[in-house]
Amino acid sequence: MSTRRAAMRLSLEADVWTIAASVAVAQIAFATLVWMYGESPRAMTALLLEGTWGSAYGVGQVLFKATPLLFTGLAVHVALRAGLFNVGAEGQLALSSLAVGVVGAWLPAGTPAMIALPLLVIVAALVGALWASPAAALRAVGAHEVISTILLNRVADALVGLLLGLGLSLKGGVRTPDVVQHARLSRLDRFVPALAGSAASTAVLVGIVVIAVTLWILPRSRMGREAELVAQNDEACAVERIPVKWRRAQALVLSGAIAGLASLGTVLGYKGYYEQGLGVGAGFTGLAVAILGRGRLLGIVFAAVLFGTLAQGGLAINAYVPAEAMEVIQGLVIVAVALGDAQVRTWLTDSLGAIVVRKTS
Amino acid sequence: MSVLGSILSMTMLAQTARTAVPYVLASQGGVWSERAGVVNVALEGMMLAGGLASVAVAHEHGPVLGVLAALVVGAALGAIHAMVTELGRIDAIVSGIAINVVALGGTRVVLRALYQSSSNSPSIAGFGTHGDGMVARVVLDPIFGAAIVAVATTAIVLRASRFGLRVRACGEGPLAARAAGIAVVRTRTCAVAIGGALAALGGAALAYDQHQFQSGMSGGRGFIALAAVVLSGWRAGRAAALCVVFAALDALQVVLQGHARALQDMVQMLPFVAALVALAILSRTRGHAGGPPAGLGVR
Repeated sequence: MSTRRAAMRLSLEADVWTIAASVAVAQIAFATLVWMYGESPRAMTALLLEGTWGSAYGVGQVLFKATPLLFTGLAVHVALRAGLFNVGAEGQLALSSLAVGVVGAWLPAGTPAMIALPLLVIVAALVGALWASPAAALRAVGAHEVISTILLNRVADALVGLLLGLGLSLKGGVRTPDVVQHARLSRLDRFVPALAGSAASTAVLVGIVVIAVTLWILPRSRMGREAELVAQNDEACAVERIPVKWRRAQALVLSGAIAGLASLGTVLGYKGYYEQGLGVGAGFTGLAVAILGRGRLLGIVFAAVLFGTLAQGGLAINAYVPAEAMEVIQGLVIVAVALGDAQVRTWLTDSLGAIVVRKTS
Repeated sequence: MSVLGSILSMTMLAQTARTAVPYVLASQGGVWSERAGVVNVALEGMMLAGGLASVAVAHEHGPVLGVLAALVVGAALGAIHAMVTELGRIDAIVSGIAINVVALGGTRVVLRALYQSSSNSPSIAGFGTHGDGMVARVVLDPIFGAAIVAVATTAIVLRASRFGLRVRACGEGPLAARAAGIAVVRTRTCAVAIGGALAALGGAALAYDQHQFQSGMSGGRGFIALAAVVLSGWRAGRAAALCVVFAALDALQVVLQGHARALQDMVQMLPFVAALVALAILSRTRGHAGGPPAGLGVR
C-alpha cells in the first residue's frame, strides 16, 4: 500500500471517529444536563429526535438552523488554515446582514433576480470582508486577531443599533424594510412539498456549493497553499520570501467575506428583511463547526447539521429543559472534539511516521 | 446639563471609579494567567460565572459568602482551563472560547432553574455601603478595596516572591522551567486558578453593583480587560491603569444618559474602539511596553 493511500485511510478513520465521538459526547452531555434538571433523559432524547429528525418539517428546520453555520463554519476554517482565529464572524455577519437588508430594500421593485441576487452576494461578501480588514491590518502590525476580532464584534453590535436608529430601520422599529421580491431565495418546500412550513431555503444549497468550491480552490491556489505554510512555520516562510503578513491578511479578509455570505441564509432565505439580533450566535457556533468539520466538505456539513439539530432540538424540549442547555452542550462538544483531535493528531503522526520508516528502511 | 458639563463633574469621577472595579479585577486575572504562559480569552465567561455564583449565594446567605462562592467558581474554571490546555494539549484559545460559550449558556440554565427566568435574578442588597455622596459610597465598597489590594499583590507577588518567580519562569520558558525542577503544569494551574478567581470577583463586583445578575451582563468587559493586559505589556499596574481609562469611556454611558439616543449608541462603542486604536498604535511601537511572555502558548 502506498504511503499516500495509507495516510488517506488513516485520516478517513480519524474523521469517522471524530464524528462518532462528537455525537456520543453531545448525547452524554445532554443526558447528564437533562437528568440534573430532573427530567428523564430517555424521554427528552425521544422528544428532541421527534422534533428534529422525526418529521419532514423537523428536518427542514434543522437544515434551516444549519444554513448560516455552513458559511460561518467555512469562514472560521479558512482563517484557521492560515493559523488564525476569526472570532469576529459574529460582527461580520451582523453588518453584512444589515447591508444586504438595506440594499435589497433599496433596489427598484421590479429588479429581476438575475441582477438582484449577484449584487446582494457581492454586498454581503464586501461588507464582511470590510469588517474583517481592521483585524487583518492589526495582525500585520502584530496585534493578536482574537482580541481585535472580538472587539470588532462589540463595535459592530453598537454600530448596527446606531445605524438602525439613524434611519435605516422602518419608523419606530428595529428592522429594515422588506427586500424586493426577486431578491429573496425561495423556500425548499417549493421543490420538496414534504418540507412545507419549515424555513429551509435554497441558501442551504448555496452554502454547500460555496464550501465545495472554496475547499477545491484553496489547496490549488498559490494564496491558499502559502497560507497553510504560514500557519505551520512563518519564519521559514519569510526566509522563502513568502509574503507572510499579506497571506494572513488575505485569509482573514476572505474569512470575513464568507462569514458575510451567511446573511444569504438569514436575510434573503428567511426573514426577507434585517432586524437587530437576526443571526446572532451563528458566528460563535461557526468556531465549533470549523473545529469539528476539520476542513472537509462532509465534515463541515455534518458539524453544521449537528449544531442545527441541537438548536432546533433545544426548541423542541424548551417546555421541560431550557433551550440554553444546548449552548452548554455545544461548548462541551468543542472541548471534547479538540481534546480528541489533539490525541488523533499525535496518533496520526505516529502512525504515518511508522509507515514512512517502514518504507524507507 | 450640557454634554461637557456632564463629563466634567464629580459624578463622572465617581462613576469611573465604580465602573473600573470589574475591569481592573478581570485584568489582574488576565495578568496572572498570561504571565504563567496560558492565553486566557475566558475572562468573560469567568466573570459571568462569578457574577451568578455571587448573586445566587448572596441571595440566601449574604454578600460575604457570595464573594467566596464567586472566588471558588472562578478558581475552578481557571483550573479547568489550565488543565484542559496543559494536560489535554488543546489550544488555549479553543478552550477559552468553549468556557465562554458554556458560561453564557450555563448561567442562563441555572438562572431558569433557580428563578424561573433566563434573563435576570431577583435583586440583592450587595454590601449596601452607606455614606455621604457617591464618591464615598464607591470608595468604601469592600470590593473596591479588594481591587486595589489585588493590583498591589499581583504586582508584588509576581515580581518578588518565590511563587511569582516560578509563575514567570513557566511563562517565559516552560521547558527550561521544567528542566530546573519546577512543576510547570501545577504552577500554571495555580496561577490560572488565581486569575480565574480574580476575574470572577470582577463579575461579583459587577453583579453587586447592579444589585442583580443579568444574563450576559459582563458585556465584553472581560475582552476589554484582556486587551488592557496585552496593551500594558503584561504588567499588573499598567493593565489596571489602562482599565481605568477604558472604564472612564464606559462611564460616559451612564453620565450621558438622557442625552440623544444616537450619542449614547456612539458612546457605547467608545471603549471598544479605543482599545482597537490603542492596539494599532502600541503594537507598532512594541518594545517600550515589553513583548508577551516568551512562553505564552508554549506547552
